[in-house]
Amino acid sequence: MWLNVVWYILFVVIITGYLIMDGFDLGVGILHPFLAKDDQERRISLNSIGPVWDGNEVWLVLGGGALFAAFPMVYASLFSGFYMAMMLVLLVLILRTIAIEFRSKRPSSRWRTTWDWVFFVSSLGIALLLGVAFGNIMGGVLLDAQGNIGGNLLTLLNPFALLVGVTTVFMLSTHGAMYLAMKTEGEQQARVQRWIPRLMLIFFVLNTALVIWTVLAHELIADRYLAQPFLALVPALALAAVVAGWLMLRRGHTMIAFLLSAAMIAGLMFSAAIGLYPNLLVSSIDPAYNLTIFNASSQPNTLTVMLIMALIGMPFVLLYTAGVYYVFRGKVRLTPQSY
Amino acid sequence: MDPEFLSRLKFALTASFHFIYPPLSIGLGLLLVILGVLYLRTRNPKWRQLSFFWVKIYGLIFAMGVATGIVLEFEFGTNWANYSRFVGNIFGSLLAAEGIFAFFLEGGFLGLMLFGGNRLGPRLWLFATVMVTFGAHFSALWIVMANSWMQTPAGYELAQTSMGTLAYMTSFREVIFTPSFIPRILHTLTASWMMGAALMLSVSAFYLLRGRHVESSTAAFKVALPVFALFSIIQLFLFGSESAITVTNYQPVKLAAMEGLWEDTACAPMMLVGWVDTANQQTYGIKVPCMLSILVGGSPDTVVQGLNSFPQDTWPPINLVFQTYHLMLALGASFIGLGLLGVLFALWKERIWRTRWLLWLFVASVFLVELSTLAGWWTAEFGRQPWIVWQLQRTADAVSPNITGGQVLAAVLMFVVLYSMLLVLFLFLLNEKIQHGPDPAAEEVAVQSLPDTFKDIFGRRARAR
Ligand code: HDD
Ligand code: HEM
Ligand code: HEM
Repeated sequence: MWLNVVWYILFVVIITGYLIMDGFDLGVGILHPFLAKDDQERRISLNSIGPVWDGNEVWLVLGGGALFAAFPMVYASLFSGFYMAMMLVLLVLILRTIAIEFRSKRPSSRWRTTWDWVFFVSSLGIALLLGVAFGNIMGGVLLDAQGNIGGNLLTLLNPFALLVGVTTVFMLSTHGAMYLAMKTEGEQQARVQRWIPRLMLIFFVLNTALVIWTVLAHELIADRYLAQPFLALVPALALAAVVAGWLMLRRGHTMIAFLLSAAMIAGLMFSAAIGLYPNLLVSSIDPAYNLTIFNASSQPNTLTVMLIMALIGMPFVLLYTAGVYYVFRGKVRLTPQSY
Repeated sequence: MDPEFLSRLKFALTASFHFIYPPLSIGLGLLLVILGVLYLRTRNPKWRQLSFFWVKIYGLIFAMGVATGIVLEFEFGTNWANYSRFVGNIFGSLLAAEGIFAFFLEGGFLGLMLFGGNRLGPRLWLFATVMVTFGAHFSALWIVMANSWMQTPAGYELAQTSMGTLAYMTSFREVIFTPSFIPRILHTLTASWMMGAALMLSVSAFYLLRGRHVESSTAAFKVALPVFALFSIIQLFLFGSESAITVTNYQPVKLAAMEGLWEDTACAPMMLVGWVDTANQQTYGIKVPCMLSILVGGSPDTVVQGLNSFPQDTWPPINLVFQTYHLMLALGASFIGLGLLGVLFALWKERIWRTRWLLWLFVASVFLVELSTLAGWWTAEFGRQPWIVWQLQRTADAVSPNITGGQVLAAVLMFVVLYSMLLVLFLFLLNEKIQHGPDPAAEEVAVQSLPDTFKDIFGRRARAR
């Protein structure tokens, strides 16, 4: 049983890792047309994530693999149930990879502008779609006794899920802007810093609306916090992190502000995870059909093997991720090899 | 429309398209490591210049591999939900391991490899290249492990649960080392190394024919040629035949389909080219008598089982498996010829640089190796039918129950359009890179001042700066 809980936590950590790591490069993509005005600036914005975006995306791949291994019932139900939405996610994921890689391969400005837009639209699309998907998971889905999700693409586009989607977009743009502030200089940096407070404000308003809506409409989540009020510390810390980030930014500590923004994302993810526990997929038809971390998981044997692998592998991952960020620390420098 | 058929079509399409790229990155990675070592040993700038050129091509290929691989990661859930439920305990772990141990390694060091040329000294740059190449090999290791488990499952037990029959892991060691894993991974990796070498040969031969970048292309050609020749020989005599023996032992009905063998036969012939007439249970073509018995059993007396020894509802699509298999064989044999001819003409007073027809054959080689590798996978995968997990679950029972034909059709169409576009763009950019060619080595002076050890980056000198 404890293994199931451990894997729930690990899974949330991986998804949080994805949101923090790929989150800022999605954010950079969303802000790309607005905060980078000419080719030089666009190259800087692109190259700020150039050496790291691929490694960041691996968190998503790992998330898929970990879900498959630890909670195969959820992997199967979720992705077959969200079939068309998932195809759209794949479409934008592919387009984004290609846009980053292809943009600078030719000097023509038509070519580059086209890929700039593809980069923007696909980054926005990923953030929005993942947010909407998450909104549906939080709100409950039409899960039947066999573990099949009913409904169609339009069912997924309900107001609550859309709000989560839009909030995610602004959360990641804020996060991306903090990263850009760290990586850019001069006029571009000044522009980025003018934008951050506005993005933060919009995010803050949306997020507050979201919290209120969740507490009012989703009893399951609200009940969890009412039963164990000390858990509210997690969302409170997330909130504190935003405020502290804002203060740090005003003092010019861009790096600390960025880290606080990452902490805030982690806080929000864990708040949601606490609210959902122990459910992974909530059925809006009958709570008896819920897929939980206990009835949807792999056997202890598999979970143990996986835990050992994670314990061996993750330290290395963290080690060389840190190493790579260290080598590419500081402001972006364009070289002949850059995008 | 039938969601099962469409899902199979979709998997065939997306897996085949993905598999165009990873073997190229695996093989090219190996060659980049060789180039890096050559530079360190000789300090001749031409090796560095070649590395810069090939790293750019690597980046392009890698991006295509990543873009298309992500589709597969989720495809088991989207289209094969019942399969995912059935094997999640086992198959899921191998996929997750691939993420932890392989993709992070590649993804992490890729940035250093692609952009590090002007930031790192040659030793650290080589280190990054080695790590990326390791990552690519690990990723093949884990995914082929997963596939081998589907072909020859082991280390599991079947449990009846409220969710239906599920496969639970009993021994991780047995899950990893299923009987077909070692032959399969060796065969696949060798194919990838041949592919990387063929790519380098192809581009270099093209330059030589055009009289461009003659010095660096000659050098690259000489590096790649022995790799290609050596591995094509190993492929046929060691790993290829080992794969065939494994199939005979563990999937005999697949072998019968591969050779179009209908009855149990001693002194069974091996077909060179042929056609299987399924309706009349006949196989026509050119045969080498007794060769199959010798290959799989070591003696002409070995009895090889024919299709009629197995129930008809366990037969794979016979002619399809036969043709893809023989395509691979024919190409495989011709690679040995090509490799040896190349070596011969190179040793024989370096005639090769003047032998234009041979150079043109080398230009074509990468496409042929690509084709034979795909043909090999088609053999393995079509030959596994009608099972998705050998003798445990049928493909028909594996499909997601709640997807409709219309949805899958839409997805298939989307991928056809998207992938056609990608392929055109990829070939277009690749062609541009090749037309552009390696840049002259001009930054020699700078090399000395780049950080070249871990100490330079993390240690005292960095702090002093
Ligand atoms: C350069 C590519 C290449 C070449 C020249 C060959 N193969 Fe191959 N073959 C592959 C690339 C490949 C592959 C793509 O890597 C496969 C697919 C699955 C696997 O294990 O390896 C494969 C599969 C495969 C299988 C099926 C395994 C199964 O169904 O489980 C057999 C029996 C052989 N090969 C045998 C041979 C022989 C006897 C060859 C001698 C000429 C040969 N291959 C050349
Ligand atoms: C990369 C090279 C590969 C190629 C070219 C390839 C090709 C194919 C093809 C042509 C089919 C369709 C067979 C049919 O439906 O008649 C198929 C099916 C399938 N393959 Fe592969 N495959 C590859 C590797 C893999 C690997 C590594 C795995 C597992 C890790 C895998 C898992 C599957 C599954 C689940 C199906 C669908 C079910 C089925 O039709 O049996 N494939 N593949
Ligand atoms: C024999 C079959 C396969 C081999 C050898 C292989 C190998 C590789 C390699 C080397 C890469 C790195 C990208 C590149 O270098 O181009 C890659 C990417 C990828 N592959 Fe495959 N692959 C195979 C089949 C599959 C299958 C069946 C899946 C489905 C689970 C898959 C999932 C992925 C994913 C998700 C990526 C992207 C990883 C990233 O973001 O870096 N691969 N594959």
